[in-house]
Amino acid sequence: MTLDYKGATEKYEPTLGLEVHVELNTNSKMFCSCATEFGASPNTQTCPVCLGLPGALPVVNGKAIESTILIGLALNCSIAPYSRFARKNYFYPDMPKNFQTSQYDEPICVDGYLDVEIETEDGPKTFRVDIERVHMEEDTGKSLHVGGATGRIHGAEYSLLDYNRAGIPLVEIVTRIIPGTGKYAPQVARAYVTQLRDILRSLGVSDVKMEQGSLRCDANVSLAPIGSGLLGTRSETKNVNSLRSVERALTGEIERQANRLEAGERIIQETRHFLEESGLTRPGRSKEQAEDYRYFPEPDLVPVTPDAKWIEELRAKLPENPADRRKRLQKEWNVPDSEMTSLINAELVDVVEETIKLGAEPTRARTWWLGEISRLANEKEVAPTSLITTTFVAEIIALISSGDLTDKLARQVVEGVVNGEGSPAEVIEKRGLKVVSDDSALMVAIEAAIAAQPDTAERIRGGNIPAAGALIGAVMKATGGQADAAKVRELLLRHLGQG
Amino acid sequence: MAAISRDDVAHLAKLARVEMTPDELDHMAVELEQILGAVKRVQEVATADISPTSHPLSMSNVFRDDVVKPSLTNEEALSGAPAKAEDRFKVPQILGEE
Repeated sequence: MTLDYKGATEKYEPTLGLEVHVELNTNSKMFCSCATEFGASPNTQTCPVCLGLPGALPVVNGKAIESTILIGLALNCSIAPYSRFARKNYFYPDMPKNFQTSQYDEPICVDGYLDVEIETEDGPKTFRVDIERVHMEEDTGKSLHVGGATGRIHGAEYSLLDYNRAGIPLVEIVTRIIPGTGKYAPQVARAYVTQLRDILRSLGVSDVKMEQGSLRCDANVSLAPIGSGLLGTRSETKNVNSLRSVERALTGEIERQANRLEAGERIIQETRHFLEESGLTRPGRSKEQAEDYRYFPEPDLVPVTPDAKWIEELRAKLPENPADRRKRLQKEWNVPDSEMTSLINAELVDVVEETIKLGAEPTRARTWWLGEISRLANEKEVAPTSLITTTFVAEIIALISSGDLTDKLARQVVEGVVNGEGSPAEVIEKRGLKVVSDDSALMVAIEAAIAAQPDTAERIRGGNIPAAGALIGAVMKATGGQADAAKVRELLLRHLGQG
Repeated sequence: MAAISRDDVAHLAKLARVEMTPDELDHMAVELEQILGAVKRVQEVATADISPTSHPLSMSNVFRDDVVKPSLTNEEALSGAPAKAEDRFKVPQILGEE
């Protein structure tokens, strides 16, 4: 009988381990001054250092070290007073040097943790994920396998290498094994990667785009019978390119392992590849023998020895933890979970906060970003934040609050700004969108409306207030929608002795 | 330290992608043993109060600013490549690995 996920986790206890690779967003590479632009044409961002040409000497990018220490601090790590780079030797064409400059037994940051909260059947529950190490290394080049039916390495006739990515600073964040997650293992993994991504984004050290590979997750999992206290053989799943995939890959892998164990088969320690379409994994390279990377200290680089003063300066720069910040903002804005989730999912928390800081009324700031601006962004298939600046949104909202713009006019202003017609003030000027607030101008329109509908006016005079709607509508029409309806109502009723 | 065996040399040769004849393996096992013996003399002076060194210079924290400098052009980068195609380095098929 085949076990489904529920059956698998009723019988077996999963143990997780996660390795996350983060490409830093430095301008230049880790050990040389080549640019790190994503999507540049092949082999236009290389030099003797990152091509491993004879005699070329690396020099460490100070910004990358700073970013790595920031990451370590944000993950509650200790920063090593002394750390070194090491050569990881292997022959594979993704590194032209035949080694990768990495760190081995002396990483920059050690012994941290991250608390992640997930929703369980018994309400929210927090799991502590222990971080073993955060170390620095360099990214590898990109291979393109040519020939063969699948575009995969097997059956390829030859491979083509682009070394633009080789040497981009890469930080590896390794957890200790995460026991006790039970059936929630995939959710814990996803929550961990999500929180990690948010922290990295808040630190401003990486683009953290999983789809572009600037954040990559390798998920290790093993199973053991519940209550056995044993640790099973693990598999490592690569090619997990989205947060959703982290959860799917682990769910699939736990099911696969459970069914193998049920059938009396052994789990092989191997690397597996996640297949996005099916949610399954397939075996990757089988390791005939244990890796022998012959690590040794990199003789071309000197040790990194951050002093306490530098570390404390960096610690002082740490932004508020994103999870705490969200809780704080939700409380300050007094919004329900659903709206906060919408803001988070749309990645609008930052801009809304900024718009409010610029003086915009909080409810309006949220409504405009989530509503009209998101709608326009959706139409154009771009991010809302790319359409309009927070300063302009705050200006428009201020004009609504002061009664200079109605919501209807404001939508036109936003549209104008988005279409590149200039600042809100310029759009208002060019399109003539100012609310008609001049009482005498409004009175002319009101008197005209009364003259056109004397019977209605009479009814209002007689106390039939709801009848005013027809006259207000006429005035709004006459002013092309540029009057503030509340103001018209006030003037009209007063004029007819009902104010 | 255990003596360098012929198998050790064969393993190292495989890792370093160096082809060696059986004669060369025998010869190298002896030679490596002698080299290690010579280097081992360092251990006679190294005491517990001297920390291992990986670098002749007593320097640390040598960093550069995060500033981009011009790279090689694509032609320059590929000028030493034995084979190239589509602006990339062309390498023989990579078997059995992924």
